[in-house]
Amino acid sequence: MQLTSPAFKDNAAHALHDPNLQKALGHVEKGFIDKRKAAADRLPEFEALRDRARDIKNHTLAHIDLYLEAYERKVIASGGHVHWAETAEEARAIVLDICRRLDARTVTKGKTMIAEEIGLNDYLEEHGVRPVETDLGEYIIQIRNEGPSHIIAPAVHVTKEQVEADFRRVHTHLATDRDLTEPTTLLGEARAVLRREFLTADVGITGANFLVAETGTSIIVTNEGNGDLTQTLPKAHIVLASIEKITPTLDDVAQILRVLARSATGQDMSCYTTFSTGPRRPEDPDGPGEYHVVILDNGRSAMLGTEFQDMLRCIRCGACMNHCPVYHSVGGHAYGWVYPGPMGSVLTPSLVGVDKAGHLPNASTFCGRCESVCPMRIPLPKMMRHWREREFERHLNPAAARWGLGLWAFFARRPKLYRLATGVAANLLGWLGRRAGGRFATMPMAGGWTKYRDLPAPEGRTFHDLWAERLARQAAKAAKSPAPASAAKGH
Amino acid sequence: MSRDAILSRIRRSLGVAATDIDRRATVSDRLMRPPRGLIPKRGQLPPAERTRLFAMMAERVNCTVARVADAEAIPEAVADYLRGRNLPAALRRGADPRLAALPWDGQPQLAVSVGPSDGQDMVGLSHAFAGVAETGTLVLVSGEDNPTTLNFLPEYHIVVVRAEEIEGDTETVWDRLRRVYGKGVMPRTVNMVTGPSRSGDIEQTILLGAHGPRSLHILVVGGQD
Repeated sequence: MQLTSPAFKDNAAHALHDPNLQKALGHVEKGFIDKRKAAADRLPEFEALRDRARDIKNHTLAHIDLYLEAYERKVIASGGHVHWAETAEEARAIVLDICRRLDARTVTKGKTMIAEEIGLNDYLEEHGVRPVETDLGEYIIQIRNEGPSHIIAPAVHVTKEQVEADFRRVHTHLATDRDLTEPTTLLGEARAVLRREFLTADVGITGANFLVAETGTSIIVTNEGNGDLTQTLPKAHIVLASIEKITPTLDDVAQILRVLARSATGQDMSCYTTFSTGPRRPEDPDGPGEYHVVILDNGRSAMLGTEFQDMLRCIRCGACMNHCPVYHSVGGHAYGWVYPGPMGSVLTPSLVGVDKAGHLPNASTFCGRCESVCPMRIPLPKMMRHWREREFERHLNPAAARWGLGLWAFFARRPKLYRLATGVAANLLGWLGRRAGGRFATMPMAGGWTKYRDLPAPEGRTFHDLWAERLARQAAKAAKSPAPASAAKGH
Repeated sequence: MSRDAILSRIRRSLGVAATDIDRRATVSDRLMRPPRGLIPKRGQLPPAERTRLFAMMAERVNCTVARVADAEAIPEAVADYLRGRNLPAALRRGADPRLAALPWDGQPQLAVSVGPSDGQDMVGLSHAFAGVAETGTLVLVSGEDNPTTLNFLPEYHIVVVRAEEIEGDTETVWDRLRRVYGKGVMPRTVNMVTGPSRSGDIEQTILLGAHGPRSLHILVVGGQD
């Protein structure tokens, strides 16, 4: 996928003025949040399971080399092949080699973010292999020639009317006067068109939600059933997975599954959780004749042992972006690469470099909703802060921002001077503000704010003053009537 | 070689040695004796209530569920279902001896074919390996008995599950799978199926019948109180 993260600011401005996008984004805010909450509330053990899921992945990451080796042994024992790829180029070449050896013309694809990450579709097409996306959302964006804007709902930025127009443009073999006004007719049309592709494809490519070391199994979690048709019908099944998908045992998978679908779509379980181990067996009446797993690193091993290691716990549920006010406003494409939202703001700089993706960890209000819903308890805001620090250390921010931060840091390191300076500033602004009617319509060095709205004037006292006064008041009250200790916590 | 490069980069990052015996022992111990996680209370019920929970959870995800007293009653229940939906009296099933042994000749109008699906079948019939009450999930395994294509290509999927093979949770199903297939061994495909196929990819509106079956009908055999 073309990287446009360096242009995040322009992308975002463009997104804010796109009426179709803004209409479509309304569905994210409305749909995902309530469903996740209801599903989590139905399971009393949900919070405890989040802890378990986090602990399982932490244990796995600490032993990831050994679990990968154990997994590889099991895949080979079940008749499958494991291919290791350090880079995107290497992974693409491995897939193309398999396709060429099998003389493949058409490959069907289940939803895989790794294929997006390595730019597989364009590469296959350039080399004479036709990739067909079969997940409805992926199919829609493929015919629109776009990348995904969400990791589990890739076409969430598209309205129903746009899908209709795209289907009419592409499915020219169908009657032009057909009715496509309802989502169900659109779905029916996609089902019929893609059914033929499933039955004639030479190779099927899927991603993996988990690789199981205990058994050499790859797992996909889906709702449509397209991933299963993709991997069952062709001559070969190729699984694309990154190293951190490895999970020790089937029991560990069962634990994480309990938080995955609930966090993603608010389902207790997705419709299809499919475990694949090796190629079809001699007695099997169906299934692929060959089974290949491509294990991709692409920068992840360098995250281990750093402050970004926790990001490798991510199970790609999408809850962080579903709850992100920035994502709600600008959608996924503005982030400029494969992974949007808070998880993308942490992962993208790790994979493509903070020099190119530095805007992403800055596009956060640090409201903390992402961390509060992350099933794997990944401290996303903290890691975005780490990226901002690295950006600062490497002198990547604009001079004005660096100068401003330097100035602030000078005062912040000298608390007395800080209080004195903020006291003077608050007093001065309070005095000016009272003369200006309590609001500033313009303000030197704050034009970015006052261009769109007034700046409320301070009332003349600093937060520190007010806080000290509040504490004194509470102490006086407590001295008068001794209250139980817990009552003092009620703010 | 990329494999060795990746593994040694991982070890460098983690600051560990490939030869560390303690780490290897930790890993092989977890793989040999998978620790039991936290099992939600929801499915931990006596058999009759467990079966009822299974049916309720399956219906909640848009399955239809019928209960039959014993396996002999399956052909009639299947014929009833097809009639009730105005479907042609024809289905395809796998070679599963538990299905083959049923009194199909009691339903002479019903055309039953055997084998994997090529996409032309309206109705598929499978026998589940197990059910999971916690989520109303069916567990189907591939093999000569139950072709995987039957789970996905037909428009309507009917699945038989024995009440005594409905467990409270997935972990208990894994115990049985390990007993039947051997430790660390899996059939080519294990399908956990929770409701008929669906998609929410157009404006987040959930619609049934994406690429897999539009309808999923479950026949629970036995276990009636």
